[in-house]
Amino acid sequence: MMARVAASLRRIDKAVLVASGCSVALLAGGALYEPNLLSADYLLQQLQVASFLGVMATGLLLVVLLGHIDLSLPWVVTIGGMMSTSAAGWGALGSALAIPFAVLCGLGIGVVNGVGVAYLRVPSMIFTLGMNAIAQGLMVVHTSGFAPQDHASPAMHFVAVERSILGIPNALWIWLAVAGLTVTLLTRTAFGRRVYAIGNSERAAFLSRVNVKGVVLICFAISGACSAFAGALLAGYSTKAYQAMGDPYLLPAITAVVLGGTSILGGRGTYLGTMSGVIVVTLLSSILSIVQIPEAGRQIIYGVVIIVMLLVYGRGEQVAG
Amino acid sequence: MTAMLFRMQGVSKRYGGVRALTDAHLECERGRIHAVLGENGAGKSTLIKVMAGVVTPDAGTLELAGKPLATGNPAAASQAGIVTVFQELSLLPDLSVADNIAITHPPTRFGLIDGRAQRRLAEWALSRVGASDIHPLAPVGDLPLSRRQLVEIAKALARRPKLLILDEATSALAAADVANVLRVLRELRDEGLAIVYITHRMHEIAELADDCSIYRNGRHVSTFAASSKSPTEIIEMMIGREYSNVFPPRPEPKPARAAALRVQKLSWAGRLEGIDFEVRPGEVVGIGGLEGQGQRELLLALFGALNGVRGLVEVNGRQVSLSSPRTALLEGGIALIPEDRKTEGLMLRMSVRDNLSFAAIDQFSRFGLIDRKAEEAALSRMLELLQIRSDGFDQPVASLSGGNQQKVVIGKWLMTGPRIILLNDPTRGIDVGTKQELYRLVRKLADADAAILFYSTDYDELIGCSDRVLILYEGAIVRELEGNELSERNIVASSHNLTVDEAGNVS
Amino acid sequence: MRQDWVYRLSPLRKLFVALALCLAMFGLFISQHPAGFSSNVLNTAANKGALLGLVAMAQTVPVLTAGLDLSVGMVFVLSNCLASSLLAGSSSATALGVLAVLATGLCCGALNGAVVVLGRLQPIIATLATGAIYHGLALWLRPEPGGEVNEDFADFITGSFAGGVPFSLVLLAGVLLLVWLPYRLSVAGRAAYAIGSSEQAAHMSGVPVARAKFLAYVLAGLLASVAGLLLTCLTYSGEANAALGGSYTLNSIAAVVIGGTSLFGGSGGAVGSVVGAFVLRTIGDLLFVFDMDPMWQPLFLGVVLIISVGLGSFRLLRSKNRLELYR
Repeated sequence: MMARVAASLRRIDKAVLVASGCSVALLAGGALYEPNLLSADYLLQQLQVASFLGVMATGLLLVVLLGHIDLSLPWVVTIGGMMSTSAAGWGALGSALAIPFAVLCGLGIGVVNGVGVAYLRVPSMIFTLGMNAIAQGLMVVHTSGFAPQDHASPAMHFVAVERSILGIPNALWIWLAVAGLTVTLLTRTAFGRRVYAIGNSERAAFLSRVNVKGVVLICFAISGACSAFAGALLAGYSTKAYQAMGDPYLLPAITAVVLGGTSILGGRGTYLGTMSGVIVVTLLSSILSIVQIPEAGRQIIYGVVIIVMLLVYGRGEQVAG
Repeated sequence: MTAMLFRMQGVSKRYGGVRALTDAHLECERGRIHAVLGENGAGKSTLIKVMAGVVTPDAGTLELAGKPLATGNPAAASQAGIVTVFQELSLLPDLSVADNIAITHPPTRFGLIDGRAQRRLAEWALSRVGASDIHPLAPVGDLPLSRRQLVEIAKALARRPKLLILDEATSALAAADVANVLRVLRELRDEGLAIVYITHRMHEIAELADDCSIYRNGRHVSTFAASSKSPTEIIEMMIGREYSNVFPPRPEPKPARAAALRVQKLSWAGRLEGIDFEVRPGEVVGIGGLEGQGQRELLLALFGALNGVRGLVEVNGRQVSLSSPRTALLEGGIALIPEDRKTEGLMLRMSVRDNLSFAAIDQFSRFGLIDRKAEEAALSRMLELLQIRSDGFDQPVASLSGGNQQKVVIGKWLMTGPRIILLNDPTRGIDVGTKQELYRLVRKLADADAAILFYSTDYDELIGCSDRVLILYEGAIVRELEGNELSERNIVASSHNLTVDEAGNVS
Repeated sequence: MRQDWVYRLSPLRKLFVALALCLAMFGLFISQHPAGFSSNVLNTAANKGALLGLVAMAQTVPVLTAGLDLSVGMVFVLSNCLASSLLAGSSSATALGVLAVLATGLCCGALNGAVVVLGRLQPIIATLATGAIYHGLALWLRPEPGGEVNEDFADFITGSFAGGVPFSLVLLAGVLLLVWLPYRLSVAGRAAYAIGSSEQAAHMSGVPVARAKFLAYVLAGLLASVAGLLLTCLTYSGEANAALGGSYTLNSIAAVVIGGTSLFGGSGGAVGSVVGAFVLRTIGDLLFVFDMDPMWQPLFLGVVLIISVGLGSFRLLRSKNRLELYR
């Protein structure tokens, strides 16, 4: 048993190590410019912001482990934000159910994604791209193109902004809870094994009597739910939802998952790695903006850092030999 | 003109801690067929890859027609006229047959590919291997496996090799095509081509080889003229120990019991036509016949992998729905050992342990969570039973030899406690030693009251392992052979839908 | 034995469907348009379609190798910004400017190719990162939208010939004939299809995998920069618009798929991608012509995309062998 744990630790260690190492390096480098960076306040704030991305990356990780991808993330996040604030505007009951309602909407989109990918066998990249556009269409029509006027419910604000326990942001507790559930799901359940198996070889999994379609459907549903949940949290954080609020998160989410050691081809990757990836990505954007380099420089550095990290961590599978 | 065309000396190669080849050597003359034999893991694949330049050896030299040949350089080997037909097909499914045949050195005109010249080349190569019925513009992915292997051989011939290396090149071919290929190889040899030929099939060696070399554990054991040793002697040299009875003895006929598996009027998509048969618990029923007569489809249908299957399937008297492999297992206790273990049987990158426990994982789960202790215990028992050899059971299963991989596939299903076991050509590409272990395992499972359906393309195996054999022809059972009737001649005849009477006359 | 033409036409099936769809939509658009089949209408439609068409062509090549280029939109934007500075002055200066922009596209493609082939990084993430770099470069060149363009040149590029044929269509056809077709018939082009079909088999067959993949990304960069030139001629300016780049990237993927190229690699072609691009562009035009608010566009775009790929999937679903559904 210990050998197994050690063996799996050895395998994921590299990604987590590199990602964590980079986070430390970034903080150290940034601290040279701005010593406040190493304060508990800043760090906690970063973790709070990272929590939103973290929740999104959770659903994305499941889908990527299967060997698929979910490009509907941006507008499902926006749906989450808009639906929760809309619900919050419907009186006391609406306010209480704002977050679950948003999650339900995201779950619905996720289920449609799952049906399209698992049952209709449309490549996930294309189907979720299409669903993203449809989600955008629905939201634009819903708000008639204007910025939504509703505000976030007190509950949303509480979850996203407050720090109730030990001065740690509630959003972070939520992320940790989601993390706990996901790690258990992936490592301790038959479902988790099946996810990895499908990512390794869908055909072999099918012939090993896995209900491949069902597992894929569930993972896309979870992804939709996570994205919408994160959207609700974001809306709570900024007290409003706004058009295209999810757009800036797609690329960082994918980056976080990959920097965490997950193979984009599926079958390999851990949640711990994804968490490290989320933290690195968050810190990178944050520190780049603090260090006051113009946007042009920030983009270039962002791109270069990602490439360098990937080169250091791991290359794609070699074909020859 | 030197007679010795190719010479390889002192070649060694290590992969991490494993010594794939130690001080290997091989010589091949023009106009002779040199067979290379050995179990899986003996180093044959590595030997071939070194010759083809795909793998760089740690030590050793290669020499072609008296001139030294650069190692680890596929382009140099290709230039020198060394062409290899690998075991894994190197064909591109989306491209046409002609594109594939000319892929390495396409004829060009003004810098662009000359389609017409390419087609002429393809037609010539296809006719050379006796496959003129294949259309050069057909996408390779649409062809059945045996046709594809012929295209692979045609592709090699199109390169006008000086030295042709074939690694298990006939493993997927139908019997008629095999005869064709062997004939072509003999013709090429007579024209002066040097051929190195790897195979597991003894009768091919008898028909083809001039010289034989045996490898064991990465070392050269012996080289001799093919006719000078008997098959038994050859096998003993390959496995390094005495070779006794291949097949476990058949048990005494048991009193008739109710059928474990009953199939009635099973039909599917014109490939299976009204199949009726029964398998009793403890029986091993073989399925034979020419390739592509529906054997594979029959097993897939029973396992629930096919859509639109008509007919009745009963397990222990209860009807089983064939809507998916899940229901096949849950309702009928039916397990399938699939044809291609690498793509259908295993998740290559996952560990041996994870692969083994995979199909039975629900047995160790309570409320969705896996009970690791129970899983471990069951895994240890299975590993013990099957004698699976591996460097470590947390290693990815891809690192195991073919035979051990197949054991993992079988073990995975055994852990689910199946009542009906379907075996789809389980010993293809597996070394002699492991084959014997598998035969014993099959008989042991039958003795434990499982009902076993065994499809094999090897007549000896079919006869040796089965209690009776059903021959399929065009999707229907044409003959059932049992007892004294179970002979190679009868199998061959029935496979062609003919009968052989006592005088040996075919009708 | 079946006839040759069966085999030659079979892979073009998806292309014909896309073409039929495109012509039907365009016909509907023209019939409802108040100005009808006039030179202006045709010209505008052609220009918009050609922009996406060129980016879709760029995307096609890496997709054939079973890869992806998520930076095409940013190369497009970068080329636009660069051109807005260089395409000014005398004709010779303008000509040099055009060459410089194309060279930049080649370099961007080369960087993509290097990261994917030499760095052995997965294309999705590699081109995501390089896209950020190109965006940064574009911002550096044009922190604020602006620039000037040689007006004669721009008018020519975006104008029509005497018979009403828009130059952009001629440009598109020219690129297809002079760049795509030779590439497809060349060893490198066939190598791209081979790699997408089965990289391992291609390697075993001695196909120059590394070189062909690298070339695929270089070509993508080049084609994206041609699109950038066209954009500059249309807008007379350059803007480092990340949203535009992102939308072109995603739309190029959609166009490629609608046109019949498989995301798994090995089949399809640039002609289909151009048709797919026109299908997407015509959606917006149709909405305009039927007096619907442009805010409906994303919804229709998504629906068209899903239906068109869904139709392709139905064929697979009718397969009798469940096993074939799983890769």
